[in-house]
Amino acid sequence: MITIAKVTVREAARRRILWVLLALTVVTVGLTSWGTGALAGLARSEGVTELEIRVAVSQILILAAFMFSFVLAMTAAFLGAPAIAADVESGIALALLARPIRRSEYVLGRWLGLVAVVAGYAAASGFLEIGAVGLLTGHIPPEPVLAVGFLVAQALVLLTLALLLGTRLPAIAAGAVCVVVFGLGWMAGVFGGVARVFGADALALASEVTRWLFPSDGLWRGVIYGLEPPLVTVIASGSEIGEANPFYALAPPPPTFVLWSVLWIAAALALAAWSLNRREI
Amino acid sequence: MEKAPAVQTADLTKQYGRVRALDGLTMTVARGEVFGLLGPNGAGKTTVVKLLLGLARSSGGTGRVLGAPLGDRATRRRIGYLPELFRYQPWMRAREVLELHCELAQLPRSHRPQAIDSALELVGLADRADDIVNTFSKGMQQRLGLGVAMLGAPELVILDEPTSALDPVGRNDVRAIIRAARQRGTTVFLNSHLLTEVERVCDRVAIVDRGRVVEEGRLDDVLGDPGVRVQATGLGAAAYEQLERFGPIRRDGDWLSIQPFDPAGVPELVEAIIAAGGRIHEVDAGRRSLEERFLALLAQGAGERGPAA
Repeated sequence: MITIAKVTVREAARRRILWVLLALTVVTVGLTSWGTGALAGLARSEGVTELEIRVAVSQILILAAFMFSFVLAMTAAFLGAPAIAADVESGIALALLARPIRRSEYVLGRWLGLVAVVAGYAAASGFLEIGAVGLLTGHIPPEPVLAVGFLVAQALVLLTLALLLGTRLPAIAAGAVCVVVFGLGWMAGVFGGVARVFGADALALASEVTRWLFPSDGLWRGVIYGLEPPLVTVIASGSEIGEANPFYALAPPPPTFVLWSVLWIAAALALAAWSLNRREI
Repeated sequence: MEKAPAVQTADLTKQYGRVRALDGLTMTVARGEVFGLLGPNGAGKTTVVKLLLGLARSSGGTGRVLGAPLGDRATRRRIGYLPELFRYQPWMRAREVLELHCELAQLPRSHRPQAIDSALELVGLADRADDIVNTFSKGMQQRLGLGVAMLGAPELVILDEPTSALDPVGRNDVRAIIRAARQRGTTVFLNSHLLTEVERVCDRVAIVDRGRVVEEGRLDDVLGDPGVRVQATGLGAAAYEQLERFGPIRRDGDWLSIQPFDPAGVPELVEAIIAAGGRIHEVDAGRRSLEERFLALLAQGAGERGPAA
């Protein structure tokens, strides 16, 4: 299992996936933090209060986090989907799985290696963005570790789903399905917020079910909560429009939801192992 | 205690949906022999290999490899395998691929450098050990696969079409590698449709058609007794009667075949035909080739099944 995990990390590094992502991240962080710093400087020169600047910076950070969450979702989907599917399609799996290795060990090894790559990338890019913006504007979000933690968790949900789908579907199909599911999950979250505002119970229930079936949007709310200053929470808590805003969270995901997400990942991983075990190579 | 056969299957079947890939396959491969599994495309050869290695599950019947049930995980440590679809991590160096397989095969750490160097030397890739697999030709990748299969001197080596991407030099090398493995006491299970390859290296063969073994035995037995074919004209009925002292004669137009026939008797036969007033156009003495036997068996099978509906 550890052998396969190490090979997976080496593959990401050797195929330059990691380095391309890191280079793009450095450019993105440089541009967004420079822009945010410039805007904050402009606002100060216009006499805008520090409190207002703090709120504005938090909103820009949330937008940047959303972009990173999208990039991470794509990265997780397109690293996870071919990890097993491409090995089986190309024939690499024939030589590997003829060795004295359990298929569950192979799946777990692939997953662990990808977790190291994706979580490492998510943590590095998240903290880099928060740190750079903090350096240039003087404002650090209230819960940066919580925000990055939920960003990583969201990526892991996508990654595990991609790996699971890749045990049965061709790599491209598995990746595409994953991206669609991610988009649907996010849209369900938006619809759910609107439905609650307008009292559309059936739609709200459908959204809630979707959120539990595929917990990425619920985890995304955790990212937002970690980046929002308490003032925003206080101001928006009475507002119905705030409920419908996909870039706002009144509270972090409850512990039961976090636990459910962990169980969801474990179950998807177990299902992936079972699925590959049943598959004829 | 006598060791169990390297491979033993009884009534092994494999169903893929409505397609019956194996239909009661029964065969035995003894330890230390080079065994050839022959058959036309789609006969079920690769399916057999996948079942032996646990890459696919049988639908019925039983089988044992090195005395253990099919696909047994611990037993796979003692097996080397070159798949028909040979692909290795294209971003790795050849040496890294071998290192990975040393780890997966759980070779003792202290043995690995020696095992890797030996494998590279064996397949002629010692000078390309640090090159990326992606830069290798197909033939070189197949050589690498052969090196992977031979890592750590396994007890059983399963080679699925091991020369499909090789040039004549490469094929000759593979034959030498197989013979050397036999010398070491390794059992080689060779899956191929290249009959001349099999004929040159195998001790025993099984011919598979439509998922069943239609013939199995030592190569000499499968090929049958040697014979002679002569194209001759000008022979009358009396001449044929005289020639029957050489053995049973079968006639096909101008051709007469005698089997069994010791090839050392060809000069005497030629003299007898000329003495009987015949004219000889061609003489073909020796044993039937595996190809002839193979085609005859397949034709016989097709005949027994009757014309297609």
